[in-house]
Order: sequence, then C-alpha cells, then structure tokens
Amino acid sequence: MDLWDVGIVLIKVLVIFALLMVTVLLLVWIERKVVADMQNRIGPNRAGPWGILQTLADGLKLFFKEQITPRKVEFGLYIFAPILALVPAFLTFMVVPLGPDFTVTLGGVERTISLQGTDLNIGLLYVLAMSSIGVYAIVLAGWSSGSKYPLLGGVRATAQAISYEAAMGLALVPVVFYNGSLSLKAIVAAQAGSMADLFGWPVLAVIPRWNIIPMFVSFVIFFIAGVAETNRAPFDLVEAEQEIVGGFHTEYSGLRFALFFLAEYINMFNMSALVTTLFLGGWNGPQFAAYLPAWISQGLLPITYFLLKTVAVLFVFMWVRATLPRLRYDQLMTLGWKRLIPAALAWLVLAAVVIGFRQFGMPWS
Amino acid sequence: MSERTFHDVWVSGTEEPEWLLEATDEGAQKMQPEEPEERLLEQEGARVVDDYVVEEESPEDELMIINMGPQHPSTHGVLRLQLELEGEIIRRSKPIIGYLHTGMEKTGEQLTFMQGPTNVTRMDYLAPMHNELAFSLAVEQLLEIEIPPRAQAIRILMTELNRVSSHLVFLATAGMDIGALSMMLYGFRERESILAFFEKTTGLRMNHNYIRPGGVAADLPDGWEDDVEGIVEKVNRGVLDYEDLLKQNPIWLERTQGVGVVTAEESLAYGITGPNLRASGVNWDLRKAQPYSGIDQYEFDVPVGQHGDVYDRYRIRVQEILQSLRIVRQVADRMPKGDYRTEDRKVSPPPRARIDQSMEALIHHFKIYTGGVKVPEGEVYVAIESPRGELGAYLVSDGGTHPWRMHMRTPSFCNLQALPVAMADSLVADTVATISSLDPVLGDVDR
Repeated sequence: MDLWDVGIVLIKVLVIFALLMVTVLLLVWIERKVVADMQNRIGPNRAGPWGILQTLADGLKLFFKEQITPRKVEFGLYIFAPILALVPAFLTFMVVPLGPDFTVTLGGVERTISLQGTDLNIGLLYVLAMSSIGVYAIVLAGWSSGSKYPLLGGVRATAQAISYEAAMGLALVPVVFYNGSLSLKAIVAAQAGSMADLFGWPVLAVIPRWNIIPMFVSFVIFFIAGVAETNRAPFDLVEAEQEIVGGFHTEYSGLRFALFFLAEYINMFNMSALVTTLFLGGWNGPQFAAYLPAWISQGLLPITYFLLKTVAVLFVFMWVRATLPRLRYDQLMTLGWKRLIPAALAWLVLAAVVIGFRQFGMPWS
Repeated sequence: MSERTFHDVWVSGTEEPEWLLEATDEGAQKMQPEEPEERLLEQEGARVVDDYVVEEESPEDELMIINMGPQHPSTHGVLRLQLELEGEIIRRSKPIIGYLHTGMEKTGEQLTFMQGPTNVTRMDYLAPMHNELAFSLAVEQLLEIEIPPRAQAIRILMTELNRVSSHLVFLATAGMDIGALSMMLYGFRERESILAFFEKTTGLRMNHNYIRPGGVAADLPDGWEDDVEGIVEKVNRGVLDYEDLLKQNPIWLERTQGVGVVTAEESLAYGITGPNLRASGVNWDLRKAQPYSGIDQYEFDVPVGQHGDVYDRYRIRVQEILQSLRIVRQVADRMPKGDYRTEDRKVSPPPRARIDQSMEALIHHFKIYTGGVKVPEGEVYVAIESPRGELGAYLVSDGGTHPWRMHMRTPSFCNLQALPVAMADSLVADTVATISSLDPVLGDVDR
C-alpha cells in the first residue's frame, strides 16, 4: 500500500462518479427520445445537437430553483432523505466489474488493476443491502413531508419493498449456487466461454455460457423485481402521478427533487448493470485476441460489451414503460407474494437439487 | 347588526362604515389570531364541514380525509373529490362540482336564438357538435321548419365524427389515468385527423358554431369525401392498434375488470345515460329510441355491455367508434345534393350575392343580424345522444328573439352522480380509473 494505490482508488472513485453522472445525463435524454419515438412524438430537440443537452439544462434549472420547504415537514429527515436516496445508488455501482483486470507498472511495482470500484467477496449481499437502503429514503421522504399524498407514497413504498426484496434475493440464490460465489467478479468470470465448455458438445460453442440460459427463471424474476425495485413503470406506484400526484416527492422541489431524480436514474442504470453482470455475462464477449492489439481486445472491447448490454437492458426498461399500464397496489403485492416468491422458492429447490446432483453425482451411483 | 364573523368588513355599530384593519392586506397578515381558527381546521381537513361530516370517529381514528382536486392531474379538469380513506381504501367519497361554472345557461338568455350555438358549443368541449345540434333541433322545433336533407346528412356526419373524436379522447385519458402513457398520445394522434377535418370545414378545431338553427353554417369543403375516407381508414387502423395494446393486456384487464361497477338498477336510478348505461347492460340509445336528423336511415348497431365495470365501458366506447365510422361511411356514400341550410329567409340569412340584387334579401339579412329571429311562444325539450349520453336542450320562448329560459340536460352532470356508488370501498388507484371511465367533461357538468 503506497501513494500509488491510494491514487488508483481515488481515480476509480472519481471515474465511477463521473461515469454515473454522465450516464444519467445521457440516460434521461435517451429515455425521453426513445419513449417519444414510441409515442409518435419528437422529444427534446432544442438544447444542443438532437437535444442531447436537455438534461443538463433541466438539471441546471433545478439547481437554481428555490427549494420550497413546507411548514409541516420534519426538517432533519426531510433534508436527509434525498441524500439517503443518492448515496446508496452511487455505492451500488462500486462493486460492478466493468471489464477484465489489467496490469501496469507504476512506481516500479507491477500492479493489477481491476476495472471495478472494489471487489467485495460478499458483493451480491452488498448490492441487496444498498438497494434496501434506497427504499428507506422513499419511506422517510414520504413520511417527513407531513403531507397526505407523500404519506400514501411512502406507505406504498414499504409495501412494495417487502413484496419484492424477498423475491429478488431468492431469485439470486440459485445464481450463487451455480457460480459458486457472491463476488460479482467471480460470477462474471464463471460466465466466460461457451456452453460447449459446460456440456462438452462442440455444437454449443456458438452459445455463450451466460447465466441467462441455465438461470432463465431467476433472470425473469430478478428483472421483474428489479423494475419494481427501481420504481419504474409498471411498478411506479410510489410516485404514480395520476393517483397520488408524484407520491413521495410531491413536496420536494429544486435541488432536493433533482437528487431523487438522479438517484432514480442511477438505480435504473445500476439495475441494468446488475442484470448484465449476473445474467448476460458481464463484460464477456468475443474478444478477437488474435486480430486486435491487447489494449483493444482486453480493455476497450469488454467495456464496450458491458455498456452495450447494459443499454440493451435499459432499452427494455423504457420499452416496458411505454407499453404497460400501472399495476394497482394490491395487485402488486399479489404478484410479489403469490407469484414471484413461490416461483422463486420452487426454482431455488429445483436448481439446488440439479446443481447438487451435478456436483456430487447421483445418490445411487 | 349581528355578531361579527370572519368575513365582516365593516365595523359594526358605527354610523359611517370604516375599513377594519383585518380587512386590508397588511392587517390581515399582522392580526391573525394566535390560536388556530376553526376555519383553519376545516381547511386543513382536520375538521369537515358541510353535510359531509364524519359523525363518529373511528376507534383507531385512522380515517384520513383527502382532497382530490380541483388541482389534481387526473380529475379531468376541476372536479374535486373529498375522500375518506382508511389506508388506501375509500370509505366514502363526495364529488364537489362548480369550479368551472360560468353561468352559460343564464348567458344563453342574453343571446339570440341565432347566437345560441356559440354559447352552448362551449359546454361539452369534447363534443361541441352535439351541443350545437341539440340546441339547433330545439330551436327548429319551436320554429317548426323543415331542414333540407343535405343539412341533416352533414349534421349526422359531423356529430358522428365528433363522437369518434370524443371517444378517442376517452381512450387516451383512460389509458393515461391507468398508466398506459402511450395510449394518451395514440388517442390524440388519431383525433388530430378529425380535428383537422373540422378545422377545414368549420374554421375551428373546437367550439365550431357550425350547426345552427336552420341548417349548418357552410357546405362541406371540396374534396371532403377523400378526407372522410382517410379519417375512417386511419381511425379504423388506430383502433386495431389500441386493441393490440390494451384489449388483452393482463395488467389492463386486472386494473379494469370488476372495478367501478355500477349495476343497471343503479344506473337507471341515478339517471345515467350513454355508454355508461349501456355498459351496465341496458340497451338504450337515443339514436335508436328517438332518432333525430334522419339517423334512422343508416345501419348501425348499439353495443351493450354486461358487467358495468370500467372494462365494459372501455369496450363499449371502442365498439362505438367502429359503429360511428360505419355511419360516417354510409353518410359519405349517400350524401344528398341540395341546400345545406333552410331556404326559409326568416330564419337563415340570404347568400351575400343576393343582397346586392334583392331588396327582400337585404331586409332579411338586416333583420336577422340586428334584431334576430323571432321564435314562436312555447317550450320544447329535444334530446340527442351525445358521446356521454342524453344531451337535452330545454328552451322556453316568450315569442321574442331570445330564449326566455334555456336549460341543458347534460349527461356528464348526471353520470357524475354515480361516482360515489361506483367507487365505494375501492382503492385510490381505482378512483382515477373510475372517474375516467365515466368520462365526465367538467364544462358539461358545470355549464
């Protein structure tokens, strides 16, 4: 541990921070453009080329707006809630691997640098914990606003969280069994190669060894729960504008509102990055190592793959939003408790048995 | 003088009234009493006034009274609902109207019969043609004049197109209220083609003042057949799209089936009409029951639902769009030739060119535009089927040029009464679905 190491960590943190901020700027714009396209509109097209700076303009506007504080708020929590929403959103992304490790010689020592904030050996649990903290922000915001619609939004957030976090966690357990690790880096590494490595049939060499194929049920449950977790349509009950006029952020304005908004989009990006990491092979993809220099095949391509897959998942998020109506509060709970959790449990048992047989052999042999 | 109330402006007991300090802007801020006024309690919802009083507190005191509207995104304008919530379940609700009241019925008494359509067209702003038609039919019945067949056909064409455009807005807003945001844009996209045709024909996109006593204001524009054909095709195609999007969408089904149920008996008791009544299973359509403007010459079916829930109301409207397009197509196919307004020069002004040639024409023109048309004494009620139900015009004439009394029986007003029934013991999320399925237009409610 020397100054170089400290510097590397600082640079990583800065890069991830900047990456997320820029991503959100682009993401909001992309979403508005994509949804506008699906709805026969034009979307933002004034600020910058193709309106790409629209989010920046909106953000600046929010930054300079008055932050109205209603009289009846619990001031401390009211201020704290947006921060509590934002910080876990940033922290979640710290454990997501963006690409493979590479080695450089710095200060006379050869160092391995991983393209990841930090590789926690409990990465997946950490991710779940962080996403749960994000829900507290919404509940606290709804409660501390001292207003009726936000309160309803906060209550809905609680109900939603307990219905979905369980299914989400259960859906991930088979993945952990299958890949044998909680570390996101190890999970990505386990998805390298093709299905041929798994079954020994050369025909399968064209099919990548991504978790989505053996773990399809987990993928579906995790994706649904992930949409619910990020409060996106059709599960955007906590802010349902047509029903409870914005829900938990009704009483927020200016920069505080901007923080919630930022957190929501970072969470959406996080969730897509997690789906990519856990089920779509992370940064894995054809590397053409024989034809391309190492810094492209080992550095640029994997990051590009990762981002492309993430954007593809994000597109599905937007697509869903433009298509589906919103679920009702009780229907959402029904879906969570009566469909997803039993399905996740049954799948967990099935997957555990199959993995056990594969690992330890059949009980009769 | 009686005891002083909050609203008192004058000091009591003095000969010369003086301004109270509280009544000025500065004074009102300085001299607010420290302890919470009863009025404040009412405004904050801690105490409820009016006949909507919570008689006994619930044991846990867990009822929350929430004011939905008049500034709420999905109360379709300025409807206000007082909801008594237990958790998210609505125990009681009370719609409060009047926020858009502009006294149009009274205004109607100050306008001549010929100016009347300008006024009534603003009531149900999503179906202006129907308002004009109801009013015009009533005036014509008082005048006892015959309307040329072409004018009648044009009226049917325009009102049925208007029905389509109004139902498209219903689909759009119903979709939006339930969270299908794209539906909003799609509905308005198809409606746009109809409004463009209206603009081409009448000069305006809404509040047309096109159907007038004696006929219509102008003949259809050149090339209208192609326009109508284009509209029919476009809307037909659009409706198929919506069916793809919503008809079997599981979330849409869950959100709408069995929600906001109004039974046939309740509908009849509350005087609900139109698609909302038919959704409950009552086959009652004024176009069939009391045909007007020769609509009985055209073939069309009246879709009737069974369950009276939000889903049935949505299905009925989709079907009605298709049926209205059927009528439009028939009208376009056999549009009669002839005049687009009556030749009776006591009622309809002569063409501009005639004024330069004929003294009679000049006199008629002058009389109609200065004094107005004298309408024989009598009273009349004419009802037509607007997109929202029975739209009736009640006119009383004392023999002069202005109605002595004008009353519009507006369907939204009656349909809205059923709201508390439809959403008893439902969830907040169902409120917006129910409101939008009843399809009230607040201009129609408040007049």
